[in-house]
Amino acid sequence: MKIALVGNPNTGKSSVFNMLTGLRQQIGNFPGVTVDKKIGFLSFNEQQHTIIDLPGTYSIYPRSEEEKLVHHVLTDRTHEDHPDLLIVVVDQSNLERNLLLFTQLYDLGLPLVLVMNMSDVASRKGIEINNNKLQNHFPDIPIVETNAKVGLGKDRLLQALSQKQPNERAPFIVGSELRELDDNEGQEAEVAQRYEKIKSILNDVRTVKDLDQTKFKVSALDRILVHPLWGYVIFVAVLLVVFQFIFFFASYPMDAIDASFADFSTYLQTVLPKGVFTDLISQGIVPGIGGVVVFIPQIALLFFFIALLEETGYLARVVFIMDRIVRPLGLNGKSVVPLISSVACAIPGVMSTRTITDWKERLITILIAPLMSCSARIPVYTLLITLVIPQKVVGGFFNLQGLVLFGLYVLGLITALVVAFFLKYGLKATSGGYLLLELPGYKTPIWKNVGLTVWEKVKVFTLDAGKIILAISVILWALASYGPGEQMQTAEAKIRSASTEIHLSEVEVEQQVASAKLEHSYIGHLGKLIEPVIQPLGYDWKIGISLITSFAAREVFVGSLATIYATQDDGSENNRLIDRLRREKRADGTPLFGVASGVSLMVFYVYAMQCMATLAVVKRETKSWKWPLFQLFFMGVLAYAGAFLIFNLLS
Amino acid sequence: MDLPDQLVLANVKPGNLVYVQKVENHALKPKLMEMGIVKGQPLYILFKAPFGDPIAIDVNGYVLSLRLDEARLITVEKVADLSKTDVR
Repeated sequence: MKIALVGNPNTGKSSVFNMLTGLRQQIGNFPGVTVDKKIGFLSFNEQQHTIIDLPGTYSIYPRSEEEKLVHHVLTDRTHEDHPDLLIVVVDQSNLERNLLLFTQLYDLGLPLVLVMNMSDVASRKGIEINNNKLQNHFPDIPIVETNAKVGLGKDRLLQALSQKQPNERAPFIVGSELRELDDNEGQEAEVAQRYEKIKSILNDVRTVKDLDQTKFKVSALDRILVHPLWGYVIFVAVLLVVFQFIFFFASYPMDAIDASFADFSTYLQTVLPKGVFTDLISQGIVPGIGGVVVFIPQIALLFFFIALLEETGYLARVVFIMDRIVRPLGLNGKSVVPLISSVACAIPGVMSTRTITDWKERLITILIAPLMSCSARIPVYTLLITLVIPQKVVGGFFNLQGLVLFGLYVLGLITALVVAFFLKYGLKATSGGYLLLELPGYKTPIWKNVGLTVWEKVKVFTLDAGKIILAISVILWALASYGPGEQMQTAEAKIRSASTEIHLSEVEVEQQVASAKLEHSYIGHLGKLIEPVIQPLGYDWKIGISLITSFAAREVFVGSLATIYATQDDGSENNRLIDRLRREKRADGTPLFGVASGVSLMVFYVYAMQCMATLAVVKRETKSWKWPLFQLFFMGVLAYAGAFLIFNLLS
Repeated sequence: MDLPDQLVLANVKPGNLVYVQKVENHALKPKLMEMGIVKGQPLYILFKAPFGDPIAIDVNGYVLSLRLDEARLITVEKVADLSKTDVR
């Protein structure tokens, strides 16, 4: 049997889902739409059943992409996910709005079970529901009371699922046929009719104690969290804590992952027979996978905090206090969280724009998200700053290197906001943006829900971004390992014969060989091909090679430089790569990495859209190549113009 | 022709209890109604965001936030100012 779980947002629907399925869940995609499909399995009466957790919805008439999907699945009998049975979850403390959706679903005629959830919240508000009386109003369907947060009511619910239901039942309202989606007047009349009947039923089944004492109260938390001053102070403090975790604490597991993948590559090279296949595995695939896995600690921590803040109800308040501030830029309060996520990685950032219902506001958020400096840029920034920015204290106690790093983040953020402003006027789509957002009551997080969300998001990231980063890594490996004709072999032979005369150590010879081979590979030729284009920015063909390879992921820039300069980035105090780069001179004898070219490269990395995985995700989310290509173009222009300007200003 | 006690929700200060009289014809009207803003519905204005926009109101015991642009679509009748009483 196919069972679908439906209900308003914030009704504890996912708790019911988790209670029924435990860890027997998987996530997929609905065909043709970018809505995550959560499926779980449950067995009762010795049969296996699938259960789909449909996105939270306020009405059968859709107003967002997620609601459209719910409408489609429930009304189209030929849809592959069309359910045989509905579980409708309602929040007992807010029955008017919850029963609106319920009665709409009731009139669809599908067998259904009504789950009265969150009894604890209701009783705290002095609300009591007489379930027997409610049952009298809906005699044909089972009604079950649960408190899914603590796992209460699972057996009763399972029993209700197997209960036989009559084939026909009287509709809730007269003229219950679904209205056309564009028939606003018809929908309005229907909603009014439903609310009237729901209110009369509630008068019968609901008693509210201490009405005057409990109603209309601004909670103490809201007094602080949306306060004109403290609201923002707390938001900034929360951000600082989150960033502290995703940048500082995540670096330990990330370094460990980095090191173990590097060790594993070396190990494979020693144990596997020499050959192309070994090289493919040890230099293409393993580092490629490592380049994905290394981001998992950050992504997991980021989603842990986002899920936590969402569960507690705080995130809706962030949207509330930020909406007016970002609105002049063509954004929505809901754009704030995707932009914050993008500081870890633009991929989850772009994916989390799905909550923004207005297309134009969502598109602008997607287009500017990669301008936020993501964590893959950190190794590049760190290398370049150490290289060209002197260690000194300015203005009394500011470390100049730290200031520059901070400046790069601010540059990305400010540019993102300015670009948003231009896009607001430049994009043709008209904005019908609105913010009808429920501010859910504050509650302690359910750790199981948080954990499952993190697990789910990490899985989606690893698979989505992973396959692209891996594919690009392999392609780049091939381009770096092969060259036209016999050039690479000739270059290698030349160095090997020369090295016998000038007594180099074995390691040095291997490094020289790797460097020469890279120079004569396809990528080497590409680097030289683009040299005239990047020369005005202060770069040579060696930097050009590294720019190209960082399309897999930006941090590959560092590794590529290390290879091309026949050295290693061992990350130690006396970093050999840094020393080597410092010695590098131009034809005229000036250092290649001066302040001008170094800062120019930093600016280039702030702006350039050098991430194929993000482009692919943008393509998927916008359903066209138009927007990722536009993004590649405008960010490319920004990068080139910005780097050109700063190079000429500083040199 | 507006009666003196008729006003739009956007202009009501926090602490006031109002009744919905009418929702303007607008693409958002069905959505507003689905969220519970139907004729005769009591609304209590809870608080405003730092720049006075959006606002948060109590609808049947849940908190709905909406921009002033949306609140301008809703004509209400003022019932009582509860901000001075100890009911809060």
